[in-house]
Amino acid sequence: MKETPLSNCERRFLLRAIEEKKRLDGRQTYDYRNIKISFGTDYGCCIVELGKTRVLGQVSCELVSPKLNRATEGILFFNLELSQMAAPAFEPGRQSDLLVKLNRLLERCLRNSKCIDTESLCVVAGEKVWQIRVDLHLLNHDGNIIDAASIAAIVALCHFRRPDVSVQGDEVTLYTLEERDPVPLSIHHMPICVSFAFFQQGTYLLVDPNEREERVMDGLLVIAMNKHREICTIQSSGGIMLLKDQVLRCSKIAGVKVAEITELIQKALANDQKVRKEGGKFGFAESIANQRITAFRMEKAPIDTSDVEEKAEEIISEAEPPSEVVSKPVLWTPGTAQIGEGIENSWGDLEDSEKEDEDEGGSDEAIILDSIKMDTGEVSNIGSQDAPIVLSDSEEEEMIILEPDKNPKKIRTQTISATQVKAPSKKPVKKRKKKRAAN
Amino acid sequence: MKQVLKESLPANGDTSVLAGVYGPAEVKVSKEIFNKATLEVTLRPKIGLPGVAEKSRERLIRNTCEAVVLGALHPRTSITVVLQVVSDAGSLLACCLNAACMALVDAGVPMRALFCGVTCALDSDGTLLLDPTAKQEKEARAVLTFALDSVERKLLMSTTKGLYSDAELQQCLAAAQAASQHVFRFYRESLQRRYSKS
Repeated sequence: MKETPLSNCERRFLLRAIEEKKRLDGRQTYDYRNIKISFGTDYGCCIVELGKTRVLGQVSCELVSPKLNRATEGILFFNLELSQMAAPAFEPGRQSDLLVKLNRLLERCLRNSKCIDTESLCVVAGEKVWQIRVDLHLLNHDGNIIDAASIAAIVALCHFRRPDVSVQGDEVTLYTLEERDPVPLSIHHMPICVSFAFFQQGTYLLVDPNEREERVMDGLLVIAMNKHREICTIQSSGGIMLLKDQVLRCSKIAGVKVAEITELIQKALANDQKVRKEGGKFGFAESIANQRITAFRMEKAPIDTSDVEEKAEEIISEAEPPSEVVSKPVLWTPGTAQIGEGIENSWGDLEDSEKEDEDEGGSDEAIILDSIKMDTGEVSNIGSQDAPIVLSDSEEEEMIILEPDKNPKKIRTQTISATQVKAPSKKPVKKRKKKRAAN
Repeated sequence: MKQVLKESLPANGDTSVLAGVYGPAEVKVSKEIFNKATLEVTLRPKIGLPGVAEKSRERLIRNTCEAVVLGALHPRTSITVVLQVVSDAGSLLACCLNAACMALVDAGVPMRALFCGVTCALDSDGTLLLDPTAKQEKEARAVLTFALDSVERKLLMSTTKGLYSDAELQQCLAAAQAASQHVFRFYRESLQRRYSKS
């Protein structure tokens, strides 16, 4: 679906409001929207909501052979998908630019910063390493996808537990989840992206732009930082020219924001761990249950299936047995056989109807007999005339015969076919059969 | 033409699927049908790229939706149903069907009936299990999924895997029909609640 374009008056309104230091949702310049983190039942599954922007993250692992030039390191794979439910414009196959940009930024932020210790993912050097795969799905787009995605990725990685492996000499034992508790990944630090949107050639700046603000912005600056105030990635796009002190100011703001967000993440992780340990219920079904009016839940309902057997037997006894289909193949030539008669070929009617008048006299045997009888009855009275004759009882539309000498020919063929009903009746049928066999 | 996105998140135990519906909206000329709406279903798995299993499930869901949606009221438009698997703990197809139905209702797409999905598993001693978990599905001898309509509990779609006799099929169908009553009651109650507050 095409994206609805932003109207000029809306654009002007947004820019004017930004000039007056006002945002549509009432936030201040440096305010983030509400961040909500919830976890699923499997390890490594989380949903992050940044205002209305929602991202689902899932981490999975697999044992594979390592890359040839990195035999002792595990493999990290990131994949961000813009689901079609996020915005009508995100059709599969139509979002390449934005998708590539976001994926690349995410990779730089998480892989190049070495936040995950890949050496610890090695099981047998040169043969088996863990491949950690992070899948992120954007569920709703209300601006600032990159921040939400980076938070979801790092939270999912912190939440994930991989199966335990032990190596004794040449033997490698992979324990299932029941045998031994799964082991968390070793994470050095948590890089989080913070986005700054610039307006009017860098005069005004907003943190965490929402979807409307993103549409009218001039440029975007993304700084990925961890809570130790180390910059992991920095990217400026949109062609705006920033001064040095603007960038430094932004990095200071980013430091403050990242510290707040990291604290929130750690609280959420600790909370989830507590709930799991205490054996309480966890998962999405729980987290969405009571907070919204539109959520409704039903407990497990036992269903009475005691009368199911009787019902089933009734149905079977009343049902008709399947019709006996006996197929008798007819062999035409070696390599060509025919099973069944098939139905009347209705295509044939269109072509044949013109020839029928001259050759075979009608499509249906029964009707042939009737119409011929009537025709012969009439025609015998008027056969001697030369004027054009209209055969009104013909089954086709009114035929006007232009040349009188064709008449006796017609009558003759019809009368002939009247006597030899059986012979021609085989012909049309056979002709069609052959057509079908050829088709 | 309204472009409305509605979301629903039914969760059968631990299986949850998020559904969104767009439409009736503009359709590409290549996919246009002159006398009814074009229905498109997209199912995204949580891990990895969508593969053949997703394609076959999309087709089943699309066929079910086409049977109930009154496409003739919106010719030359498209109705898109997007499904995202949030967590999978068994009975996934039935959950997808429920999500799709609720999303279509919430979006205001005209339908002739509601539909629901029910999964049945038959284990090796012939015991019938409704709404099996992933473990039960794996150990079962046969797994049958049905889509039933709300008016007369008739069968809209069925897909099965495994070995079973025709008597067992009828039993599972009867059990699914009994189960669908509960699901439809749940639909009705949650819709009442939603529209009474707003």
